[in-house]
Order: sequence, then C-alpha cells, then structure tokens
Amino acid sequence: MTRAAPIIEIRDLLKTFGAVVAAKDINIDISRGEIVGIIGANGAGKTCFVNMVTGYLSPTSGSITFEGVELVGKGPREVTHAGISRSFQVSQVFHSMTVAENLRIALAIAENRGVNALRIMESDALEAKCNDVLKRYKLEDYRDMTVSVLSQGIRKLLDIAMAVVSEPRILLLDEPTSGISVEEKFDFMDVVMGALKEDNVTVLFVEHDMEIVERYVSRVLAFYQGEIIADMSPDKALADDKVQEFVIGKRH
Amino acid sequence: MLRDTTSKVVLFGGIAIILLGAMMPNWIVNQLMFGFSRALAILGLLVLWRTGLVSFGHAFYFGLGAYTVAIVDIQLGVTDVFIRLLGGAMIAGFAGFVIGFIMRNYRDIFFAMLNTAISMVLYGIIVKTESLGSTDGFAISLPTIFGIAPETKYPLFVIITMIAMISALAVNFYLKTTVGRLTTPIRDNEIRVEYLGFSVAHAIHLKYTISAVLAGGAGALMAMSLGQVDPDSMINWTVSGELVFITILSGPGNVIAPFIGSLVFEVLRTYAFELAPQAWQLIVGATFLTIIFFLPGGIWSLIAKLGRKNS
Repeated sequence: MTRAAPIIEIRDLLKTFGAVVAAKDINIDISRGEIVGIIGANGAGKTCFVNMVTGYLSPTSGSITFEGVELVGKGPREVTHAGISRSFQVSQVFHSMTVAENLRIALAIAENRGVNALRIMESDALEAKCNDVLKRYKLEDYRDMTVSVLSQGIRKLLDIAMAVVSEPRILLLDEPTSGISVEEKFDFMDVVMGALKEDNVTVLFVEHDMEIVERYVSRVLAFYQGEIIADMSPDKALADDKVQEFVIGKRH
Repeated sequence: MLRDTTSKVVLFGGIAIILLGAMMPNWIVNQLMFGFSRALAILGLLVLWRTGLVSFGHAFYFGLGAYTVAIVDIQLGVTDVFIRLLGGAMIAGFAGFVIGFIMRNYRDIFFAMLNTAISMVLYGIIVKTESLGSTDGFAISLPTIFGIAPETKYPLFVIITMIAMISALAVNFYLKTTVGRLTTPIRDNEIRVEYLGFSVAHAIHLKYTISAVLAGGAGALMAMSLGQVDPDSMINWTVSGELVFITILSGPGNVIAPFIGSLVFEVLRTYAFELAPQAWQLIVGATFLTIIFFLPGGIWSLIAKLGRKNS
C-alpha cells in the first residue's frame, strides 16, 4: 500500500526509566488523515509512546518530526501549539466548571494566545463556536451541568471536544472507551469519529477493545515490551501470530 | 466595561461614598480609608485564592509599599500622594515579578509558607536595621496633592476611594480576560491548561505580580492614611494572617467583596477592642470560625444569596 507523505516521522525512539526500557526501536511514519489504533497489553509502552509524542515525557533518544519540526525537547504547550492535541485515559477536564464553561475556556485559549490573552473572553463568536462544539459532540443536554456530576462517558466526550478546539492536525486519544459501558461504546465512538472525520484530523488512539479497533482504524500498531511488533491493517494485525500471542492473549 | 452590574456598583457606589464622606465624622472617614487601603491587598489575594493559591506572606509587599513611602519621604522629601503611591506599587510589583519566578513553581502549603519565609526575612532586616527605623519605624509627613497640602484628610480619602474604584474595575476587567479566567481551571487541572496551550507558570506569575502591585499600593495608601510605618503593623506575619483572614471573611465571589470584608473587619476589630481590650482576638477568632462554618463563601456569598432571592 502506498502511503501519502508522512505528517509525523518517528525515528529510533528510546525511553528508559533506570534499568527499565519502556520504549525502544520505535520507527514509524504516519500519513495525514490516517486513523491508527495502538494496541498492546498493560505495560507494553502505549501510553509511554503517547506521552512522548505529546511532550509529557522526553525520550531518552530518538526523534519525533512533525511537519518538519522536531518535537523532542518540547513540552505539552509547545506540542499543542505545533498542532498535536490529546485526550487522556482519565479525562482531564475542569471538574468544578460546567461543560459550556470548559469549552469556552478551551476555545478562548485556542484563539487568544500571547498578549491576546488579555482580551475579554466573552464574545458572540466564541459562544457560537461553543454551541457548535456542543452540538457536534452531542453535549447540548449537559451544557450547564457541572462536570463533577457527569458520567465518565460524558466527561470523556468533553475531554476529546476540548482537545480538538485548537484545530490540531494530529489527535492522540488514550483509551477513549475505557470506563464506558459495552452498550454505549459504539455510540460514543460514532460521535467522536464522526466529528473528527469532519475536521480531517489524523487520529492515533490507544485501545484495548479489539471490536473498536476493527471497526474504526485503518492501521494498527501493536506494542509489546516497548517495541512495535506489528504495523499493518487491522484484519492482518488481529490475525497475526505475534499479536495473537502477546497482545490478544491467545496461545497457539 | 460598564455593561456589567459589578462595574456599575463600583462606580456609583464609589461616587456615593465619596459624597457621603464629606458629611461623615472623621473617625468614620479614617475607618473607610484604612478599610479601602487594605482592601487593595485583599483584591490581589482574591485573584490568587480563586486560582487555589493562598499566600501567608503578602505583608512583604504591603510592607514594601509602606516603607517605600517612608523612605521616599524621609530620604528624598517626596510628599506627592501619587508619586508615593506609584513608587510603593512599582517597587512591590517589581519584587513580586522577580520573586514570582520562584513562586510560580510552588503550590499549596509550600506556596503559602515560602511567602511567609520571604516576608519574615524582610521583617528581620528592618527590625535589625537602625537606618530603616528598626522596631520603631518612621513617622511620615502628610501627603500633598499636586503641591497642595490639604488641611483635612478628606482629599486623601477621596483619592483612596478613587484608587480603590479604579483597582476594582481593573481587576474586574482582568478577571474577564482569557488569562484572568484561568483561575478555576488552574485550580482544577493544570495538566489540561497546559495541553490547551497555555502556560500555567506564566498565568500564575502574572497573577502573583498583580497581587504584589495591589498589596504594595495598599501598603503605600495605608502608610499615608496612618502617617507612620513600623514593622509590626506593616510586615510581620500577623499582618499577612490578617490579610488572609479578611480574604476568607470577604469571599472570592466578586471584586466588591474585599471592600465590604475589609470594612467589616475594621468595624469588628474596633468594637471588639472597645468591648474587650484584653480579649478582642477572641471575638475576632469566633467571627472567623462562624464564617468558616456558616458562610464558607464569605460575606459575599450571603449578599449574592440575598440578591438572588430579591431578583
């Protein structure tokens, strides 16, 4: 399969914590518009990988080049400014604020960087954008509810919605469906992936649920002990012997 | 700027107080001057408190502002109220900006106590330094206004009230800006703020510097209102505690709250002292406990509740 020019190139990525090797020999290119599923057992290095790409962790060595810009050494804020956003396994939102207030502050930060941050936050344009995001992520019914009283699923939707208001080119989702009931997971992912498709965002998401992987991704990266053991289409990956043994847990 | 109710209340309330002040006895005018001066420092602490930061050392900036007034008066013979005020606020602001590089990295009890430590260093230096007045402090000459020496304190009261109004309007404006709104978000979740693309350190640094400027201005105005400065009433840790007490008494709900809280504190302390000179702290302490138990949002929460009931 011929891929378009990569939007992000990762070369020889290594991360160690003392004697523990959390990631090694990671070499991947990801093209614009790809939907990539990152799978692996607990401790395989998935979240470590996401944390390195988004500036939360600094790799021990290697490079991450996004649209020609080296990201290694940059923190979360600079990575966000570069055009990469993320959501979290445990949703990172503002719990004592309402859903709309969360989105308003996210939109205001995205629009008012630098000295513009001293501009008054309220405006009709900001409110219109807030309403649009609420609608696209099906959050309208929760608009004026304080986040702390909401279910995990709604918080996760809000977390993702807040991550995309800065119009990133790449979005990393860390276990988007964790904590969401089996009945709700497809509805949840339909909302998320539907909204992201409109924005033509390249998406990488960590996922344990193989049904979700099969249904939504175009490419799978399988991690085992910090290394990528498979990089292929989902149907091939899920049938792969190594993936079967080290990720899914079926022995031959 | 004047579209919201708070700005209107500040503006018209301030004008009404200035007009009423002309008819009030001196002791009330004095109480109002002390209350409004101190309220500026509370306004700065409100900005920090909303962000989840409590400083037990803002007497450092309060004292810096007050001592700047004393030093420019004694050493340079500057008597103009505006130059003194500007000097006090700017020196404190500069100190706040420099110290802010350290403070922005700390949270919770570390932030609170590091501020105390810094204020006690200044207290120690002043107490041990004869040329800085040591424990006795300095008497300050009466301020002049554009070269004119007023015969009564009323003109100074008008200036203090106007500075209070301008400061309240400025902080109210700031709290509506993007960086100004980053109070609850920083308190709730710093990681998310960073991943939204805003530097938490920069936001806290700005808030800290604003609070230092306001505390410095408060100290300068208090020094001119009292006509003297001394380390125990300007820089000691008890002054920092008093500022935190009034912040909690006022509540963080609105920029008007510090002015109400500060006046309530002045009246409370005055009457408590008159009623029980040996045990006035008992009355103040009991009030503090009552506020914490029954009005955790401070006096402002009660006013807001009454306002909602009547609307």
